Amino acid sequence: MITQFLYGGSGILLFLLGTWSFIVHPPLIRKLIAINVMGAGVFHTLVALAYRGLTAPADPVPHALVLTGIVVAVSATALALAFGQRLDRDHGSSADDD
Amino acid sequence: MTPAWAKVLIPIVLIAIGAVLVWAFSLAALEGGDRLALIALERVPESGVSNPITSVLLNFRAYDTLLEVAVLLTALLGIWSLGPAAPAFQPASPILGGMIAWVVPLLILSTGYMLWAGGHAPGGAFQAGALLGAAGVTLALGGDASAGLPGETRLRFLSVLGVLVFTAVGVILMALGYGFLTYPEGYAKWLIIFIETAATLSIGVTLAAAYLGGEPRDERTSRSAT
Amino acid sequence: MMIDLLALAVAFPLLGAVVVTATPSHARGLGLASAVLTTLTSLVLSLGVWRDGSVRSDFGGWGAPLGIGLQADGLSVAMLVMSNLVALAVSVYAGSYFSATARRHFWPLWLLLWSALNGLFLATDLFNLYVTLELLGLSAAALGALSGTRAAVAANLRYLLVGLLGSMTYLMGVALLYSRYGMLDIGLLAEVIEPGLVAWTAMALMFSGLFLKAALFPMHFWLPPAHANAPAPVSAALSALVVKAAFYLVLRLWLDLFDPVLNASVANVLGLLGAGAVIWGSWRALRAERLKLLAAYSTVAQMGYLFIAFPLLVATPPGLARDNLLAAVVLLAMTHGFAKAGFFLAAGLVQKTAGHDRINELGGAAQALPAATFAIGLAGVALIGLPPSGTFLAKWIMIEQAMIQGLWWWVVVIMLGTLLAAAYIFRVLGHAFNREPTPYRFVNDARTEIPALLLAFISAFVLGLIAQPLWTLLDQGVLG
Repeated sequence: MITQFLYGGSGILLFLLGTWSFIVHPPLIRKLIAINVMGAGVFHTLVALAYRGLTAPADPVPHALVLTGIVVAVSATALALAFGQRLDRDHGSSADDD
Repeated sequence: MTPAWAKVLIPIVLIAIGAVLVWAFSLAALEGGDRLALIALERVPESGVSNPITSVLLNFRAYDTLLEVAVLLTALLGIWSLGPAAPAFQPASPILGGMIAWVVPLLILSTGYMLWAGGHAPGGAFQAGALLGAAGVTLALGGDASAGLPGETRLRFLSVLGVLVFTAVGVILMALGYGFLTYPEGYAKWLIIFIETAATLSIGVTLAAAYLGGEPRDERTSRSAT
Repeated sequence: MMIDLLALAVAFPLLGAVVVTATPSHARGLGLASAVLTTLTSLVLSLGVWRDGSVRSDFGGWGAPLGIGLQADGLSVAMLVMSNLVALAVSVYAGSYFSATARRHFWPLWLLLWSALNGLFLATDLFNLYVTLELLGLSAAALGALSGTRAAVAANLRYLLVGLLGSMTYLMGVALLYSRYGMLDIGLLAEVIEPGLVAWTAMALMFSGLFLKAALFPMHFWLPPAHANAPAPVSAALSALVVKAAFYLVLRLWLDLFDPVLNASVANVLGLLGAGAVIWGSWRALRAERLKLLAAYSTVAQMGYLFIAFPLLVATPPGLARDNLLAAVVLLAMTHGFAKAGFFLAAGLVQKTAGHDRINELGGAAQALPAATFAIGLAGVALIGLPPSGTFLAKWIMIEQAMIQGLWWWVVVIMLGTLLAAAYIFRVLGHAFNREPTPYRFVNDARTEIPALLLAFISAFVLGLIAQPLWTLLDQGVLG
């Protein structure tokens, strides 16, 4: 029980840290990292929910949701990084900022 | 920048939200009981695979997984639309090159094992696809400009293979009268392996291509030629 | 042989996206074919719901709570019909709008966005909705950046990140509901959910995530740059459909799931934010220098009206009046979908012909592009809410209900917003009719002008005059 509480609690903590970082840090790359920390928090919480004690097998549904969520988060992160790279490249090479 | 009052207020508000969240989740966890665990675990034998998580991903909630493979494809198409890739890394030194020559075949071998293991133990299409993608990333880090990926036509085909097979299996089963993504009895195992193999290839190729960034190779060379 | 139209409404655009990705050289022809096929599927499905009532289909044969299904009732079908007709018009327009290189990027992403929209309107599972929302968000941001300018890429990166923040918050709410009730199916959850801290917190998390995605004031900051800098057909889809999808979800969760949890104060907060959106969005639209920016701010304002409906809905006791109000909200959302899409398509044409879309230099647009200007005028009729548009009817019902319930301040907001809308529309038309030489030809480029004109025409005339079927449709599952 206490393990589950610590796991779930740290998930909520990560979620809030991510939210805080997203709000206060203007650079978009930091916002992207913040989102990933938030995601880690949500997935942590879901994994904690799946725990049903040492003897019973874990609830497979939250585990599957987390796997799906991770792939979605990876895809979104990849796309956002490509956007950021494109902005950096434009910034370096040309002056027409419009 | 963030004004001074916000610097104080935002943490306070977030701590308050955190307290509510911890309270709500504790209440919920205490009252939650077994949730879907018993229902899901009870029906795992009917799902065609013995790993409960694979049962959920590829059978009970297969439609979620289909959309998830589509999300991965969307990210890749979005990355391709942003223009050419950054220049490749310089070729690896002989020592690194030798290591890559060892690691990449091992990664591909592990991909096959991980895919097969997913049916009864932790593993499955995504873990296998991630290993395959890692093989591509390793090649790219060693200076291979194409990360071992094929030319444009085949690359495009491989990247959509997962969504294609998944949706086509769903629609064909529907047309046969079983219902969308409803596996007929006795065929579930093989259909799941079929879908997972296609998905693994697509995921691996997509991750490697996303790491490279930029449009597929043939398109780029033909444009720089004109 | 069995045909599951619910599955096909998602599977056809998905297969279309696969095919156009694999054969980019035939992207336009195959893309248009998929667009027609998808629209037909959705229309046949909608017709079935209109005649025979809601349909549900469980994939995998497991059924809720273990499996996932799709369901079509009156509300989802109303949004489905609007979205698919608008998307078809956008597809025809896009067929000749994009260059050959842009085309091969547009079509696959566009069909993926379309399957996400259809999937979202038909979804019944809270986690499935999360995946659908992400598919929608990613494809929308990638499409918005297709114009390739630095401003467009930056604005859409911001849009992508804000959308992700919204999804994560939504997902936390879903996790909370699952931990308490152990289910994800909306219908089953609705039977067991009870007012209390857990339900209230989950609702707050899920709704705040969706408000971000629906660009509800003051969380609208990402919308104007993202929508104004996207290519015109994409702007049309983003403004008319994508933000509307987030609003649909709020309405759906409100009606089907959180009804017992809600109270008047939550609704009043939504109404206040909506009022802020109406006033601020309309004011910024009036001050906008560019036509597409004006249209984007107008979207912020029009989303506001939809949220003003919530306090009215809560104040009205169940019965005929509440049903009318609900139908009015749906009619408003549908009309805005058609009108804003028509507006953006026509604005894109003006921008392409004139080389810019600065409103003060639009002089003579009416002479050069009579059909596009006419489309802007017709869409304007619907955006302002002049008779006989659907907006007029919807606003009329909303004002009437506000009067009956004694909530006169919402009437003031609606009136003020209407006045400001009239001002920004006439400002555009005033500049467009600047010079007086005789028009050359009414229609210059049929493939782009006719979709814009048709959408604007539907918004200004068809929806208002033939609104009756909507009431019949909403009877299937939502009303009564």
